Amino acid sequence: MAAHLKKRVYEEFSKVSQVSLEEVPTKKLRLTKPSKSAALHIDLCKASNPTDALQYLLSFARKPVEAESVEGVVRILLEHYYKESDNSVRLKIASLLGLLSKTQGFAPDCIVDDAINTLNNEKSHQVLAQLLDTLLIIGTQLPDKIAVIQRLIDVACKHLSSTYFGVRNKCLQLLGCLGTVDKPLSKETDAGPGAQTSPIRDVQSLISDYFQDQDPRVRTAAIKAMLQLHERGMKIQQTIYNQACKLLSDDYEQVRSAAVQMVWVLSQLYPESIVPIPSSNEEIRLVDDSFGKICHMVSDGSWVVRVQAAKLLGSMHQVSPHFLEQTLDKKLMSDLRRKRTAHERAKELYASGEFSSGRRWADDAPKEKVDTTGVNLIDSGACGAFVHGLEDEMYEVRIAAVEALCSLAQSSPSFAEKCLDFLVDMFNDEIEEVRLQSIHVLRQISTHITLREDQLDTVLAVLEDSSRDIREALHELLCYTNVSTKECIQLALLELLKNLTKYPTDRNSVWKCLKFLGARHPTLVLPIVPELLSTHPYFDTPEPDMDDPAYIAVLVLVFNAAKSCPTMPALFSDHTFRHYAYLRDSLSHLVPHLRLPGRKQTASSGLEASGVGSGSLDSAQNFLQDSLIRVSALQNLETPGAQDLLEFTIRDLQRLGELQTELAGSADFCATYLRCQLLLTKALQEKLWTMAVPLCLKQNAKVSTAARQILDETYKLEFLYSGLETQQIATIHNVRLQAKALQLILTARSKRGVDRVIGICEKFLQDVESFQRLFMTELPHFQDSFVEKLLELMPRLTSCKPLDLVKIFQTTLRQSRFIHLKLPEQIHRASATIIEPTGESDNPLRFTSGLVVALDIDATLEHIQDPQTTVKVQVLYPDGQSHIIHPKPGDFRTPGPGRVRLITQVYLSHSAWTEPCQIEVRLLLAYSTSSCKLSVSKPAWNESMDGLPTSESSIEGTIHLSKPVKVFIMPKPARR
Amino acid sequence: MPDIKVTPLGAGQDVGRSCILVSIGGKNIMLDCGMHMGFNDDRRFPDFSYITQNGRLTEFLDCVIISHFHLDHCGALPYMSEMVGYDGPIYMTHPTKAICPILLEDFRKITVDKKGETNFFTSQMIKDCMKKVVPLNLHQTVQVDEELEIKAYYAGHVLGAAMFQIKVGLESVVYTGDYNMTPDRHLGAAWIDKCRPDILISESTYATTIRDSKRCRERDFLKKVHETVERGGKVLIPVFALGRAQELCILLETFWERMNLKAPIYFSTGLTEKANHYYKLFITWTNQKIRKTFVQRNMFEFKHIKAFDRTYADNPGPMVVFATPGMLHAGQSLQIFKKWAGNEKNMVIMPGYCVQGTVGHKILNGQKKLEIEGRATLDVKLQVEYMSFSAHADAKGIMQLIRMAEPRNMLLVHGEAKKMEFLKDKIEQEFSISCYMPANGETTTIVTNPSVPVDISLNLLKREMALGGPLPDAKRPRTMHGTLIMKDNSLRLVSPEQALKELGLSEHQLRFTCRVQLHDPHSDTDTLGRIYTHLKSVLKSYSIQHVPDGTVIVESIVIKVTSSAEEPNLKVILLSWSYQDEELGSFLSTLLKKGLPS
Repeated sequence: MAAHLKKRVYEEFSKVSQVSLEEVPTKKLRLTKPSKSAALHIDLCKASNPTDALQYLLSFARKPVEAESVEGVVRILLEHYYKESDNSVRLKIASLLGLLSKTQGFAPDCIVDDAINTLNNEKSHQVLAQLLDTLLIIGTQLPDKIAVIQRLIDVACKHLSSTYFGVRNKCLQLLGCLGTVDKPLSKETDAGPGAQTSPIRDVQSLISDYFQDQDPRVRTAAIKAMLQLHERGMKIQQTIYNQACKLLSDDYEQVRSAAVQMVWVLSQLYPESIVPIPSSNEEIRLVDDSFGKICHMVSDGSWVVRVQAAKLLGSMHQVSPHFLEQTLDKKLMSDLRRKRTAHERAKELYASGEFSSGRRWADDAPKEKVDTTGVNLIDSGACGAFVHGLEDEMYEVRIAAVEALCSLAQSSPSFAEKCLDFLVDMFNDEIEEVRLQSIHVLRQISTHITLREDQLDTVLAVLEDSSRDIREALHELLCYTNVSTKECIQLALLELLKNLTKYPTDRNSVWKCLKFLGARHPTLVLPIVPELLSTHPYFDTPEPDMDDPAYIAVLVLVFNAAKSCPTMPALFSDHTFRHYAYLRDSLSHLVPHLRLPGRKQTASSGLEASGVGSGSLDSAQNFLQDSLIRVSALQNLETPGAQDLLEFTIRDLQRLGELQTELAGSADFCATYLRCQLLLTKALQEKLWTMAVPLCLKQNAKVSTAARQILDETYKLEFLYSGLETQQIATIHNVRLQAKALQLILTARSKRGVDRVIGICEKFLQDVESFQRLFMTELPHFQDSFVEKLLELMPRLTSCKPLDLVKIFQTTLRQSRFIHLKLPEQIHRASATIIEPTGESDNPLRFTSGLVVALDIDATLEHIQDPQTTVKVQVLYPDGQSHIIHPKPGDFRTPGPGRVRLITQVYLSHSAWTEPCQIEVRLLLAYSTSSCKLSVSKPAWNESMDGLPTSESSIEGTIHLSKPVKVFIMPKPARR
Repeated sequence: MPDIKVTPLGAGQDVGRSCILVSIGGKNIMLDCGMHMGFNDDRRFPDFSYITQNGRLTEFLDCVIISHFHLDHCGALPYMSEMVGYDGPIYMTHPTKAICPILLEDFRKITVDKKGETNFFTSQMIKDCMKKVVPLNLHQTVQVDEELEIKAYYAGHVLGAAMFQIKVGLESVVYTGDYNMTPDRHLGAAWIDKCRPDILISESTYATTIRDSKRCRERDFLKKVHETVERGGKVLIPVFALGRAQELCILLETFWERMNLKAPIYFSTGLTEKANHYYKLFITWTNQKIRKTFVQRNMFEFKHIKAFDRTYADNPGPMVVFATPGMLHAGQSLQIFKKWAGNEKNMVIMPGYCVQGTVGHKILNGQKKLEIEGRATLDVKLQVEYMSFSAHADAKGIMQLIRMAEPRNMLLVHGEAKKMEFLKDKIEQEFSISCYMPANGETTTIVTNPSVPVDISLNLLKREMALGGPLPDAKRPRTMHGTLIMKDNSLRLVSPEQALKELGLSEHQLRFTCRVQLHDPHSDTDTLGRIYTHLKSVLKSYSIQHVPDGTVIVESIVIKVTSSAEEPNLKVILLSWSYQDEELGSFLSTLLKKGLPS
């Protein structure tokens, strides 16, 4: 549509230029087409020696070639290829062929024959390998051409017997990428030498023949090809399992590394099949066998293999529990594979102390000889795999082992219990990453476990760690931890308080941690309450200081425990109740509502709170729905009462959002939407529409502010809330279009000059069009809406004059119906809170002007998708300058689902001031409309704001995410 | 058959004075040259008279290799080189070369200055001895002479400890020295490639131990120290100046920092500064963590650990003291032990192995009364704890190393006989390789079966490849024809033609002829024709020609028919074939003997 408009406009203004515009590119095209291949041809003919030719080819390779001229170029290259005697030039040509066949829009099936032909006459191994590579590329470009693929596979089979490892490598790669399992390679029986051994072979057995190749690189390629087959969805036969297992003890690390993967793949494919144990007549499940073998690789000589093995272990969930538990016990040395009997025998051996632990002197004195036939030091495989992995020299291996432990523990509670000690030990690792990872892991499996006192002791020791990440991770862990005794609670509290005094910045985190700790263990807290609150049966104790963070911490613990322990409040002293009331108000997110006996005023206020607070999520939901239905009953907002109703509903919704945190997102969303509607209606009811144009300048400003406000709100609606569905987004876009139409009309009315209006009209129509494109499926919901009406009128619109257009817009805008919002399941509002700086400090941050000072920022972000790219920090100086800083991706940490923590430093700098001033720091959410395919709308939006004074804090494409925080800074002049 | 002889002069079924003689491919190598901690007489050094009764050792030894700087591996070195007499090369790694003389000097001081022994090596001798040392790097192959080459691998254990591969021709021996398969706070784990030596000579200090996870031990250790310090006791940790001491220092240092403890930690002076200096210097020999973080903070710069002074031992209040030597057999650690032994609040933690006969060994075995220097008895009231921190491989570690190196034979040294026996059984059962554990002075001879390398001419190889079946069957043996030329100490396999050409010989044709008598009523030509058709039907894939001059040629075999003069029906068939076609020829003769089908 827009093109039509464009054409029309061009017809009006620049008839001549249009013609010239069309001609020039066609001419160019005609020129380039022959030139590309011709130039190459000439160049290659000119080249007197191979070096020159190679140079030409190299420079040619740097330029892109259009799809239509590829074939010509290929022909010329091939022609030259046949003439060329130098290997390196042929090699380059071969690689160019591959490169060219990757060109977009070029179908390489026409060059397959030529490429295969060249193969037959080629003598040089390197060139042969390169040609096969080219064929591989061609083959991957043509996945549907069965015939071509079959030919390529035949070629590969033929060259498999090459003496050069590179050729064999490429052949295997080709087979892996293109080979099919269903079709046996009957064709190559007459051609391939491999056919002599068996008449019909499939790709898999062909590839697996090369598992024993003499060259390690070919062995690796063979395994990789097999893995490639697996990735392409073909079922690998179980028969190669033994071969793969043999490769685990290969001399070369790349072979072992690939073999580990192979064994793992097979274990996932055939977990339940039974394999015999060599040197005995017993059998075990394949997954157990391979588990043992991969465990064994955890003590491999190469750390690359070790990392891989450790990682893969984590995904073997089907393994039998007793094998799993072996991985944590180094001493259970005998091979447990012989099922029950052997298992028991091994237990006895262990108990008889055949091996000493090294913890006690001389406990390894040899005792009477036990029957050593069952004891098997090496093949025990799984034994102690994780013990080894966790004390590996390379931290990469340790991290992999910790992760694997986590994933296995999540699926097996008994294993979780057992690996606890090991994870707790990892808290003392020398590398911080490993410590952090193990804390995270412990948190993930904490649902399965209860910490003993000594374990808790070790865990809590980490609270003194100087790294903030570690401490926070640990707080997070403590939130989810179950402990066994009241001493544990005491210990935890003590350590947390110590932590609080040592690192006061951890305040919030510590309080939160205690909140969960209390709520989880009410019965354990109960006996120690008098001690915690330092009450005495006979004597009054002094009232503690209410501002002491440590005291607050204790109270948080106690109150949260008291919530599910009704007998506890009886133990409180008077001031505790007073403090409760205070904390309930000031730190409502940490202190729950308590039913306190005999406390009328608190009880009643509590009841009111709880009326909305706890038991009434459903009723709140109903209320939300009711109010929406009530609003949706309105057909026309211009009816008297309607606006009042809207206003009340908005107020209700806002209040609801405050009271019911679960529904805050939805309520806010609705309220904002309704406000947009309200503003729009009000704007349309202004008198100016009936007034004569010159008289309405003042009114104009009011309406245009409203329009701009609506626009802002629609961007907020679209980008600030997560969980929206297309229907809602379409609704938002509809409102935005209305707002834009409003702006357009205003501009048309206020500005003389048609040019400008034409531009805006065009953009607007583009917007409408893109709306149609984007929300085609949603259109049925938009009956009688502004958009629908516009789309109906579209054919007419494109052909009429701008001023007519404006008139049409105006009427449509007034007639269009108000679209009712349907709520999706769950809407979350993105939000951010800056925890630090607090903005309370009176001490200015002094620094020498011109130099930089680092300001620590600590903020929590909630419900933000992809925060690494969208969240920015804005610094606003008193002189109106504003800087936007993009935090590093590494500064974002994810302590829990849906929550992100931003801990970063922003660098400030300014020229000298005479006295300290406040700067504002806030977080912004950047959005780009291009992400929703509306790239054109953004300039339009900017343009609309052009004429208006830009308010100091509005920045293009960003939404304020947090309240600004003021920081006192004082740049001093440099002393010379 | 060639063989390798191994004779331990020390460390055979014993710990201490490691000294192992290896004869391989006509070369004699001495591995380590240590002293014994348990003895103060002649027995402390290896018995070099085994090598030669009088005169210098130089002509009997091709080289001496020292695996690491512990005195039980290098303590007898100056004695051997200067007092017995040896001028050949001594190989050790750079850190070992740097630290070894310090320890030797310390050892000399204690023996000569404190105990007043005479006839001991002097400082000058240590210096002279060190001049004969050739330092080498990890994984560096050093050619001792034309045939003998050695290569060092990382062994963990202590700074600069190495395992050595000794190779003469295709025979090789790997000597591990002391090694550790689990990394610790400051060193990495031992590593070796799959070098498949003929003999792997491994230490076996912890042959019957499979240690708990290292972290468990660390935690236990810290807990014990912490508890003692909290109740006001003193902790004595006897260590050797270098090695474990640094690991434990790092451990305690970080623990003190974390727990914010105030009790002083002392390290007996003298060696500390020099030692730390070397640890800082050889940072590439430490583990991943220290290597990566030394730019920010060198882990060997301790904040909480101060130098010890003799008078501090009497200070009241808790303290932790690291003192040398590690087995409580002499020196400062023994002095402090004597002072503190009477108080049950105190504690001594033995972080490693103790040789029989040392005080450390005695108290670990629960002895409550000690006779010190033959005079007074000492009541041992303090707590004695053992914590295996010594960085030797445990049974599983030894097994792991065997799996990594894949040796053909195993030889255990540096361990107690009974425990070795146990491990020996395990190894033999597990890997089905023979395992030896010679006592001191006992020679183990291992017959090797080295493969003899032969140069093969490329043409011959290519020809054979063309004849042979398809790849890959590289691991299947295949027979081939060729001529082996042994000339100038080299072996070459070439094609017969080339061999003839090279040796200037003319080719002799060897032909077999055979007459077969056959009753056949037809004329000679007909008989030949019948033979031709018969052979044609039997030997389908061979080229059979009927030549007009009255012969049939099958490949290179000529068949002629003559009838005997007396009996026209008795035909004599003449077969002639060359040596190369022996198989086909004999087949044909038997075939024709059976007669022609009618």
